[in-house]
This record gives sequence, structure tokens and C-alpha cells, in this order.
Amino acid sequence: MASITLDGLAHAYRPDPRGPQDYALKEINHVWRQGGAYALLGPSGCGKTTLLNIISGLVVPTRGKILFDGRDVTRLPTEARNIAQVFQFPVVYDTMTVRENLAFPLKNRHMPREAIARRVEEIASRLDMSSVLDRKASNLTADAKQKISLGRGLVREDVAAILFDEPLTVIDPHLKWQLRSTLKELHRALDLTMIYVTHDQTEALTFADTVVVMHDGAVVQTGTPEELFERPAHTFVGHFIGSPGMNVLPAAVEGRTAHVGGVAIGLTRAYPALPAGEKIELGVRPEFATLAPAGTGVPVKVQRVDDIGRARIARIEIGGQPAAALMPEGLSLHGDEAGLTLDPRQIHIYAGGVLVNGEGAL
Amino acid sequence: MEKPLNNRAWLLVAPVFLIVAFSAIVPIMTVVNYSVQDTFGNNQFFWNGLGWFQELLDPTTELGGRFFDALWRNLLFSAIILAIEVPLGILVALSMPREGWKVAATLVVMALPLLIPWNVVGTIWQVFARADIGLAGWAINALGIDYNYTGDSLAAWITIVVMDVWHWTSLVALLCYAGLKSIPDAYYQAARIDGASRWAVFTTIQLPKMKRVLLIAVLLRFMDSFMIYTEPFVLTGGGPGNATTFLSIDLVKLALGQFDLGKAAAMSLVYNLIVLALCWVFYTVMTNTGAERQQGETPA
Repeated sequence: MASITLDGLAHAYRPDPRGPQDYALKEINHVWRQGGAYALLGPSGCGKTTLLNIISGLVVPTRGKILFDGRDVTRLPTEARNIAQVFQFPVVYDTMTVRENLAFPLKNRHMPREAIARRVEEIASRLDMSSVLDRKASNLTADAKQKISLGRGLVREDVAAILFDEPLTVIDPHLKWQLRSTLKELHRALDLTMIYVTHDQTEALTFADTVVVMHDGAVVQTGTPEELFERPAHTFVGHFIGSPGMNVLPAAVEGRTAHVGGVAIGLTRAYPALPAGEKIELGVRPEFATLAPAGTGVPVKVQRVDDIGRARIARIEIGGQPAAALMPEGLSLHGDEAGLTLDPRQIHIYAGGVLVNGEGAL
Repeated sequence: MEKPLNNRAWLLVAPVFLIVAFSAIVPIMTVVNYSVQDTFGNNQFFWNGLGWFQELLDPTTELGGRFFDALWRNLLFSAIILAIEVPLGILVALSMPREGWKVAATLVVMALPLLIPWNVVGTIWQVFARADIGLAGWAINALGIDYNYTGDSLAAWITIVVMDVWHWTSLVALLCYAGLKSIPDAYYQAARIDGASRWAVFTTIQLPKMKRVLLIAVLLRFMDSFMIYTEPFVLTGGGPGNATTFLSIDLVKLALGQFDLGKAAAMSLVYNLIVLALCWVFYTVMTNTGAERQQGETPA
């Protein structure tokens, strides 16, 4: 059982990193609590896998330390850490049966035979794999193989954290849900820290209590799914999470009013300390921007309306800037003129991409 | 649906028939024709029925005796070089570099022996191993070991085996290397996480993943060594005595040395059948392991 602390961690694949552009992973300080379900979310190439491999010990970081319960393990090899990892593509030992696959990590650690047999049976029943224990692992489906990979981690009683590197990539869509709920159940039952790397926001938001969003080698926000949705700390988080993503519009802020291409939008807070020279942007999620008949709220132009199933999303222009908004039921538009009502508490101001906290009561 | 019948189709396959006829059927039938006759030269032939075959397959006769001697000698040779080249090839492949400029350098060096014409290989070793002027032969004698491949059968065998290992281990190594390169990194990482030893990684990951290329390597090396002719012919000419007379060398002695066309024809047909049968066995084993793999493969 352990909490995992990343202390000033950074990694470059080049042996002689000069500037920040050489770092695949920029400095990170983070604590993974014991028993937490974490998702590491970000687009391909943002450094998620590098971070995961550093935690599991497959990669030694250029700078910084990793502590398991305060013990420095930065230079400890993988097999000496109590970590298990499930990879993107199922890894099973082809020549072995499922039972032998599950027993393999314990056999390598010289556990007594009866203890191995007991533990394998126990984990197999947890994974619903008791019936296939004596089949060749190579003859199973991709999701069963992924469960075996997971099982090889679970059999080890000393495992403190299980790392998942986009484990559902090769799984059929209808089985993804099933496997993910198995994971959640195991997480609840076994009090394990789970770190789940993915570029799929649905996977991240449904799996994790805490989502860590990464962008370009750096952590941009850590929070619950609600926090990420309601208060994106960075315009990237706004874009990346949500479908469609947050509207981010270049704006000029004056007192409690923002001007977007000549259109004034009222704010609940004032931003007297906005840094000069940074690009100022206004962010509001389409879910908090609702179309209304022309004449109410902010005047906008409607370009088209997309039906995305659970809602209708209107593609609009505010002061010449493209944006998206909710199209309420029963609203009929005449021509392309319409109004837009915004939830003022859900409007955020960003300077250089970073969220700025305003002053003044809500 | 009515099948279109068009006799012009025969015209289109005719070239293939012609080529196969002249490259395979006619020569083989000529050999079959010789194998049931005896000749004393002068282009005079006498019918002998299956006599040569009966003699050939009976080890108590002169012909059968030399045939089985050559066959066992050849099988022993194949077994020895497989037992050396396969493990050695795997070992070499495992220690070859995985990335960087060293890869290209290693591959070129490894490919060199494979690019040398076979009788040149024979000549190289014939000179290299000579006790009087050859570097290796002279050096071994200088160490106090009495070594002379032209007089001592054991020395001749060792020289031929070493020559074959030098010539062909690269092939096994290159095939194994290709098999090793196809293993995704995740397997090695998973093995490290599972605490597998170096030996366990080899037996549980590398060897199973190399199985198919290894089968191909074994097939190629077995067939090649079973039909070996040029190198030992150049090196020892089958001697000393008959010590290194393998099947194809014996065949040539019989056909061109003694001009016993009937016996030689019968022998070459039996030789050919043995090769075909062994090919079939290998092919069956290979396709079976292939099918097993296919079954195991799951749609991604």
C-alpha cells in the first residue's frame, strides 16, 4: 500500500536536453493518493505514457524523484517496485495456459506452490475467468487477454498501484463498457491505486475520481470530472473535455464587461489584475449558452444547427467569432438573427490560456 | 450460370506445360528410363526391371551398402550442423545490436559468408586448413595437435562441419534476428514487471515468437545440408577414403566416375523421394503451427 509522490519530475529522451522543447515531460509535482482512481488524460504525444513508464520504472527520469510512501524508488528497477502495468496491446505468454499466465509473476517471485494455486483461483474468480483457466491464453479474445494482463498484476498481493496504458484500444466497443465496469468493481473491492492513461475523455471521466489533464508534456489541470467541466483551468482543458468543447473567444475586458468583436457580454466578476501583453480570452461552454429569439441577450448569427442526439447544437457567430450554443426545444428561428443567453457564473476569463480568478461576489 | 467453354484457354496454359515438361518431366522421365536399364556404354541399353532398386535398398549388396553408408553419413552431418547452427544462430541473434549504426554494420558482416560462391568457400577452407601452408592448419599443428584433413577422417569431418557452420550460421542468425525484431517492446516490459528472469524471457517470449522463423531456418539448413555437394567436393573430394562421401557426392561418383547410369538413376530417384518426403513433413509441421497461430489470433 503506498501513495506515490512525483517530486520535480522531468524527462527528456535526448541525453543532452537544452531548452524546454527537448523535454517530453516538463517538471511535474504530484501526489497519487493510496486507493485513488486516477485518469491521465491528454492527446497522443503529450507525455502520458512517458510519465506512466517512469512510475513503473521502465524509464528513469532525467530529473526529479519518485517516492513510494516516502521511499525513493527513482532508480529502482521495475521488478523491485510493487507496481503492475497493463499495456495498450494485450500481452499474454502464448505458450502458457491462463492459469500459468496468472501464476507467472508469483512463480518468478518464488512463492510456495499451494499459495500460488490459491491466489490464482481467487483472482480468476474475481475476473470471471475460472472457466477458462486451463485454456491456452493465446486462443482467447482480446478482452480476455487484457483481463489476463490485469490478473497478472492483481495476483501479486504486494501490488500498490496498477497502471493502465490505454488498455481498451483494441477492445470491441460493446465490451469496453463491460471491462471498464469490471475495473471499477475491482478498484472498489481491492483498495488499489489505479492510474489509467487514455486520450478518450469518456473513458477518463467515467473511470476516475481524479482526472489529470496533460498537454505538451505538462500537467494543465488536476481535478474531479465536475471541476474539469465547470472550471477548466486552461483553455486546452476547455477544448479537450466536452463535446463540443468550450467556446474560447478573443475578448477585451473592461470592468465587469467583456467585449467580443464589438459585442458586450456582462460578467459577474471584475478582472483588474489582467496581465498586460497576454492574449485575453473569454470561455464559456456551449451547455451554458442557450439560443433565444432575436432581441434577447447577446445578438448572434446562426449558421447551422447540428443534431447530436441528446441535444441540438447551433453553430453561431458572436461578433464575428465562431462558437457553439444549445438550441432549446421549441425555439424557431426566423432568418439567421438570434439572441444568446449566457449563464454569467459559467463565463471564465483566460489570460495566455490560463484561467484568471476574478474579484467580486458571485 | 452456364460455364463458358473456350478451347483457346488451352493455348494460354500451353507455355507453362512446355516449360514444366522440359524443365522437370522430360529429365525425370529420362532418369526413370535409365533406372530400369543397364548400359555398358556405346549407347547400348539392356532391360533390368526393378533390379537396381532391389539392390539399392538391400544394404547387404555392394550398391545398397554404399548407398546406406552415404545416407547415414549425410543424416549424421545434417544432425551435427543443425545441432550447432541453430543454437549458435539464436545466440548470435540475441546478442546482435537492436538499434544504431551497429545494426547495419553487423548485418553486412553477417551476410558476407552467404554471398560467397560455394566452391569459393570450399577453396578458401581447403587452403586455410592445409597443414603445410594454411593459416589454420599450420597453427593447429604448431600447437602440437596432429591435424591433417586429407589423411584423417575425423579431421576431415571437423573441417567440413566448421566450414558449414562458418558459411551458414549467419542465415539462421539473420532469420532469428528478424523474428526477434518483430516482438513488441510491451512483452519485454510486461516480463520485467512480472519479475521474469533472463532465461524465462527467452523461453516464454523470445523462443515462442521465433518458432516460425526457426522452423524455416531448420528446413532450409536441413535441406541444404542433406543435398550438400560443392563445398565438401572441393575441400575433400569425399575423402579420405569415403569418410566424407555424402549422398550427392556418391551419386556423382557413381554416375560420372563409374558411368553406372542405371544404378545412379535408381539412386537419384530414391534420393529425390527422400528429399520430397522430408519436405512434406516439414511443410505439414509448418502449416500446422501456422493454423494454430491463426486460431489464436483475435480480431483487433
